[in-house]
Amino acid sequence: MNQTNKNTEQPYAIEMINLNKWYGDFHVLKDINLKVKHGERIVICGPSGSGKSTVIRCINHLEEHQQGQIMVNGKEITGDIKQLEQLRTDVGMCFQHFNLFPHLSILDNLTLAPIWVRKIPKAEAEATAMKYLKRVKIPDQANKYPGQLSGGQQQRVAIARSLCMNPKIMLFDEPTSALDPEMISEVLDVMIELANEGGMTMVCVTHEMGFAKQVADRVIFMDAGQIIEENTPTEFFDNPQSERTQLFLSQIIAH
Amino acid sequence: MNDSKNELTPSKPPFWNNPKYRALVFQVVLISIVAYFLFSVIQNTLGNMEARGISTGFAFLSETSGFDILQKLIPYSSESTYGDTFVVGLLNTLLISALGIVFATILGFIVGIARLSNNWLIAKIALVYIEIFRNIPLLIQMLFWYLVVLRAMPSARDSFSLFDSFFLNVRGLYLPAPVLGDGFLYTSIALIIALVAVFVLKRWAKHRQEKTGKAFPTVWVSLGLLILFPLFVFLMSGAPLSWEIPELKGFNFQGGITLIPELFALLLAISIYTATFIAEIVRSGIEAVNHGQTEAALSVGLNRSQTLRLVVIPQAMRVIIPPMTSQYLNLAKNSSLATAIGYPDIVSVFMGTTLNQTGQAVEIIAMTMAVYLVLSLTISLFMNWYNAKMSLVER
Repeated sequence: MNQTNKNTEQPYAIEMINLNKWYGDFHVLKDINLKVKHGERIVICGPSGSGKSTVIRCINHLEEHQQGQIMVNGKEITGDIKQLEQLRTDVGMCFQHFNLFPHLSILDNLTLAPIWVRKIPKAEAEATAMKYLKRVKIPDQANKYPGQLSGGQQQRVAIARSLCMNPKIMLFDEPTSALDPEMISEVLDVMIELANEGGMTMVCVTHEMGFAKQVADRVIFMDAGQIIEENTPTEFFDNPQSERTQLFLSQIIAH
Repeated sequence: MNDSKNELTPSKPPFWNNPKYRALVFQVVLISIVAYFLFSVIQNTLGNMEARGISTGFAFLSETSGFDILQKLIPYSSESTYGDTFVVGLLNTLLISALGIVFATILGFIVGIARLSNNWLIAKIALVYIEIFRNIPLLIQMLFWYLVVLRAMPSARDSFSLFDSFFLNVRGLYLPAPVLGDGFLYTSIALIIALVAVFVLKRWAKHRQEKTGKAFPTVWVSLGLLILFPLFVFLMSGAPLSWEIPELKGFNFQGGITLIPELFALLLAISIYTATFIAEIVRSGIEAVNHGQTEAALSVGLNRSQTLRLVVIPQAMRVIIPPMTSQYLNLAKNSSLATAIGYPDIVSVFMGTTLNQTGQAVEIIAMTMAVYLVLSLTISLFMNWYNAKMSLVER
């Protein structure tokens, strides 16, 4: 509890300083500097292979960075095992392919971490899980298995699974890219609702420009491992500065 | 659906072109041919055996065998019947199969997981182990353990001994045998009560954890209950247990329990050999689980071992179980190689010695085949049931 108080004194939820990362010889992130305030909602976009997913995967240390520093809630991420557990319970993440646990029912998917990591009583964990399932509007699917749900429903379950750990920061890694068009809006609605509640820091890699306009405080454009441009959504879309951004936006809008 | 009365039925092809009738005809013809073949083989065999004066039937099973067996799980001597020989051999085969499956599975899982370790040395050691032991024929490994490793043990006179009651020499491992006194029944009852109590305790602890989230130290309390309570009763009833310590008489040890070197050689060879295959199956099973599962588990805060235990292995099991079943079947059948080093399994004592003495090849080989068939089918049925239990629920 002391920690939480201390953390909120920190001005930034996430702070990246001169972050560099290589995959073998491939320089995937080049001197990334990014500061995200508490409760801020960030959208990261850019062409594929630009390193945008890698950036957010570094935040909860699914990827290791080789140079520079990342601070989450004022504490540097070092890969220390004990610290990692704390970090990952504070930082929730949703994946492009949902990654629900197919051998567990929806309810068990949601209660697994609260029971094993937070050591919460099962009944209490289930009550919390049901609360979040209601929030993502699928409480009636609780006893089904992931394979029995549609993609949109699965992604909403994945969001609920992260929320069950009460994270302060949520990372979304292209949450709608693997979905059929008619399911995209049901997932975006949940995310918009979450953003409008406030309080949660959200970093979202997405190409949903409507979503970015509606909820983002800032849009960040990446290309070839670098942050090319960052601005408010209106400025970003109406008045893109760099040539690369203009090209990217014109390609997105053309389709 | 159709409100008109004259419902349409599909018109049928003529019966000689109807696949259903065709299939039926082919099946009847095939079964008749197979039945005729079997009938003529049996008829022929019986006729030939009668002409040569070979006795048939299972009367030999109640004749006295006249030979002793090195390792027996039930009372057996040279006075016993061939029927007893069959049972002794069968139990020895079951023993080695069961022990082999347990050890091969444990070793296989450890090596399979070690093979995926991030630690370079551990992964390479596992790789070298697998590549060496799976590429040498099992029979040669058995002979290696038996003739090279275990023969290096000292003779009976120079046995390794521990507390003058455990002895290890070239003829095997000699352990003190417990001799149960009159009052030992109470200790047995106490043990059963303790077992029931542990069972109840486990259910209660699980219930409590679900309600309050507090973990109960079930393991320690259970261990205490299982050991201390029977021990207390044992001491109260006057410690009615004595030990029969093996003694060197003449050239060999008498008394106590003997674990023969053939058992060790066979168990070592068969577990180490089969474990290499199980390790590869476990490795491929774990690798077949999408890496996204590991990332998702880590991202909700589970640690590495919880991720493996709660998320990866349960999903790997559905890939692991079917080939694992084949390995268990192989192991059970490979145990028949025991005869090469003189382990008294069913092939050695029944299909070997008994067949030589009675000459009733048809009955004995049929019985032995039936044993392996039943054993394999039982393993297979159990594993299929387990597989169905572990399979994923899809749409």
